Amino acid sequence: MKLRKNVAVSESGLLFNPVTGESYSVNPIGVEIINLLRDEKTMEQIGAVILEKYNTDQSTFEKDFHDFVGILYHHNLIETHEEANG
Amino acid sequence: MSKLRYERPVIKKLETGMPNKFGSRMDYEPVTNIDGVAVSRLIKEYGSPLFVLSERMIRASMKKAKRAFENRYPKVQFAWSYKTNYLNAVCRIFHQEGSWAEVVSGFEYDKAIGLGIDGRKIIFNGPDKSEEDLTKAILNDSLIHIDHLDELYTITELCDTLKKRPRVAIRVNMDTGVYPMWDRFGFNYENGQAWDAINKIMHTGKMDLVGLHCHIGTFMLSPNAYAVAATKLAELALALEQKFKHEIRYIDMGGGFASKNTLKGSYLPGSDTNPSFNDFAEAITTALINSNFQKDKLPLLILETGRALIDDAGFLLGTVISNKRSSTGRRNTIIDVGINILFTSFWYDHKITPAQSFTQYTEDTCVYGPLCMNIDVVRESTSLPLLNKGEHVVIHNVGAYNMTQWMQFIKFRPNVVLIDMDEKPHLIREKESISNLNDLEQVPPHLMTF
Repeated sequence: MKLRKNVAVSESGLLFNPVTGESYSVNPIGVEIINLLRDEKTMEQIGAVILEKYNTDQSTFEKDFHDFVGILYHHNLIETHEEANG
Repeated sequence: MSKLRYERPVIKKLETGMPNKFGSRMDYEPVTNIDGVAVSRLIKEYGSPLFVLSERMIRASMKKAKRAFENRYPKVQFAWSYKTNYLNAVCRIFHQEGSWAEVVSGFEYDKAIGLGIDGRKIIFNGPDKSEEDLTKAILNDSLIHIDHLDELYTITELCDTLKKRPRVAIRVNMDTGVYPMWDRFGFNYENGQAWDAINKIMHTGKMDLVGLHCHIGTFMLSPNAYAVAATKLAELALALEQKFKHEIRYIDMGGGFASKNTLKGSYLPGSDTNPSFNDFAEAITTALINSNFQKDKLPLLILETGRALIDDAGFLLGTVISNKRSSTGRRNTIIDVGINILFTSFWYDHKITPAQSFTQYTEDTCVYGPLCMNIDVVRESTSLPLLNKGEHVVIHNVGAYNMTQWMQFIKFRPNVVLIDMDEKPHLIREKESISNLNDLEQVPPHLMTF
């Protein structure tokens, strides 16, 4: 999965999608995950970073990660498979 | 190095210029303790969910109500409405504060007697008083509030059988300018039923008509309705005095004062908008003082308010079971508090506060209970901080009716704890178990094997 190229996210958690003109508020863990997605990290790699830093477990992270990515898809912030495969 | 507190990732679309009907989030602090006792400790010791009552808040409400009325009227008596919360510890607090007992059934009557209340200080309301109930009440010289003519005739017969002269009042219903008008209980004022009942009682000569009673509605948001009711009862009392040269001893305005809860559909929170005890007291006492009672003949004013005295002193602690998404992407949070123990969630938007620290990030959330029933919705839409599985919440203003209207349905009823004036918790009702469920049942022999 890949974050859309033009999506901008600030350190304070303000996310802007220039294609639609819509803005979003993201919490700090969300910002970290979005930045890791931008770097094209896999879920496993992102999980390792989050578990290292935060007091949680693998299953909680995975559940919340899938939920979060689902909402990113919902807001059209992540490229679809078709787009990603050209 | 210790790890940082985890919060699930969340993204929320910013919609500038769109007014939020449900208002902004009002709470910026978690409720970590109640009367000095940590929520986490209460749940650890007594389990989750858990009802918690604050003795300090109950007594403070009672004092506030008494002050509001006693500052404005010379003779005031409160009677604790048992149906609002008849846990023995709760009733005893109100009786220690000087309240009489107001009961509406035979078992509530027995409960009051069992607690040691003088029978003369029990007000017996309600449409269903059996002959046995009435006999007890007559022998104990309790105040019987007659609901209908059949009850009046039963009492008339019992007067002869028991050779007693009971003290009675009639319940009067009336138009006070509010909708819906409560006319199911008692005798109507406008169509003359009440006057007719008064005449019948006076003509029997077998009982003492000592009072007039009304209970005009519930969760009343208009103090003026009480002023109208007080004026009409005063007019009845004065007509009675004129015709029969008989003075009633008291006017009982019933209950129905709103608590600080927020009714569903209200734009502003009840804590900001609902009338105070002072508002209700001002309306009622002004109406009575302005009526044609002579100064030295003002009747005793009895108040049976329940909800407004205890709702705010009750808390329900719960635990997050899971976070989900609905088919539309809405956040759904499941907690272990169901509508079987929070009946009032059908008409209130109960305030829910996390019991641990949280960040400024929130999600519009639907809060479900643990029951396998579609209607088990505690809050349909509320802006909640991000709660993780296993974290605790505090539901506010649950002291009235939930501990009497609760039911064992899918889940048992939980422990109830009272925190005393010295910040010490006491278990006042034990949680139910499977034996409570099974002990009352009987299985016919042919169904014993399968």
